[in-house]
Amino acid sequence: MITLANITGSAPKRVLPGFGLSLGISLTFVSLMLLLPMTSLFGQLSGISLAEYWRIITDGRVVASYIVTIGAAAVAALVNAAFGLLLAWVLVRYDFPGKRLLDALMDLPFALPTAVAGITLATLYSSNGWMGRLLDPLGIQVAYTWVGIALAMAFTSIPFVVRTVQPVLEDLPNEVDEAALTLGASDATAFRRVILPHLWPALVTGTGLAFVRSLGEFGAIIFIAGNAPYETEITALMIFVRLQEYDYVGASAIASVVLAVSLALLLAINIWQGRFIKRLHGGRG
Amino acid sequence: MQRIGDAPRVRRILVISAVLLAALFLLLPLVAIFAQAFAQGVEVFWRNVSNHYTVRAIGLTLFITVLTIPVCLVFGVALAWLVTRFSFPGRRLLQTLIDIPFAVSPVVAGLVYLLLYGRNGWIGNWLDGYDIQLMFAWPGILMVTIFVTCPFVARELIPLMQAQGSRDEEAAVTLGASGWTLFRRVTLPNIRWALLYGVILTNARAVGEFGAVSVVSGAIRGQTNTLPLHLEQLYQDYNTVGAFSSAALLALIALLTLAAKASLEWRAARQEA
Repeated sequence: MITLANITGSAPKRVLPGFGLSLGISLTFVSLMLLLPMTSLFGQLSGISLAEYWRIITDGRVVASYIVTIGAAAVAALVNAAFGLLLAWVLVRYDFPGKRLLDALMDLPFALPTAVAGITLATLYSSNGWMGRLLDPLGIQVAYTWVGIALAMAFTSIPFVVRTVQPVLEDLPNEVDEAALTLGASDATAFRRVILPHLWPALVTGTGLAFVRSLGEFGAIIFIAGNAPYETEITALMIFVRLQEYDYVGASAIASVVLAVSLALLLAINIWQGRFIKRLHGGRG
Repeated sequence: MQRIGDAPRVRRILVISAVLLAALFLLLPLVAIFAQAFAQGVEVFWRNVSNHYTVRAIGLTLFITVLTIPVCLVFGVALAWLVTRFSFPGRRLLQTLIDIPFAVSPVVAGLVYLLLYGRNGWIGNWLDGYDIQLMFAWPGILMVTIFVTCPFVARELIPLMQAQGSRDEEAAVTLGASGWTLFRRVTLPNIRWALLYGVILTNARAVGEFGAVSVVSGAIRGQTNTLPLHLEQLYQDYNTVGAFSSAALLALIALLTLAAKASLEWRAARQEA
């Protein structure tokens, strides 16, 4: 058995104080607040058979919610990849009046409570809202359709792309531009062949994080989603619905799918990022 | 110096489209919140905000936030100190684990707490014997709020403390500083702005958490309703102006958060220059 004493004992002598204290606080917190609650999910699921578990997570209404959630999240992430790249580029490369304001505005979706974003978007895009009134005559329905779900997802996750691409773009030396242009490349070619390869890892990471966040988002979506079974129900809402029916096992089974997918994606993003950093720094880091 | 996309025409098109899209996508919702809140005048807004249930919801939200911040501070500083100042087996794993709350859907976070500490969970069941109820009461709200906000402080501190290295602190120890003096006189002045920013982020998220809180709160009006839950109820009751009055208060906190962030960044940039 590993005790605190033999962890500290086996390590080389430490100069700085506080190892025991900070290890104690961190481990207590991580086990009580993070790991222990997670185990309750498995405790709840251990009571049912594998067939039962499979039946719950492949129920028609639940599967429809996976499709809606993943589809809308994919659209939102792709839109954000383009929009985020444009904003990061403009914020890093150009000077214009109101730039600081635009930069600050980028963090709004993280600072604004999701429920506030939810009711605001629902009100704006409903048929008598400011945006809805403009879009309705064109036959574009946003509120209470999957487009609204994608919109809410895109709103809450845009900072991920901007804030991951921005620092990489800032660190790119001007010589890169100059070399490409001196050699006669057009702007578009130079961007695609020279700049984009540098930004690619950050762009994929940011888009991936935005996608993961969209998969789990709840507060911003439920108000604009309409929540019609089989059509505009997201998976997070399915968990919520099962809970309101006091079906704890059903809620846990669906939650375990959501949890597994988000953790797997997060791990994949970390590995992808780690591999790229290794390539950049020649095996270090 | 020649740079890609510096031709005036390209530049103009890109700047204008970025500003327009951002205005439509981000600024318009912000304006809409305040327009809706004040749609029937300042007086109605004020009546909505000073309504008994709204005041109770504000009180509970502040109470939860005030308790959450110190817990996150202690944990964040301890964890950042641990992973940046010592190397030990499992260090990387610990750093990955604290990101879990960012990856987990808020609804799933609420659910796992409900399963463990609710009356049907093994800890909840045991506490029930002593007549202690955590879920559908403020302790449950506090617990899930701590869960969703705990990575912020650590996340801000770790990269900074890693970059700063431990030379200053080692020097202080060699000169005979005790642990507390070392932290107060050497470490704290170095990390104070990152620490403050971590607290601001924690505060913003703690005030606005919805998904996780709505699972464990039970949303009893005047008792376990936080401000975001309160505005949801008003909105479902078709009291749009009432809902947006609460939303405006939360949006104001968000704006203060953005302003604080901008001023901290400005300060950091000036220090570098």
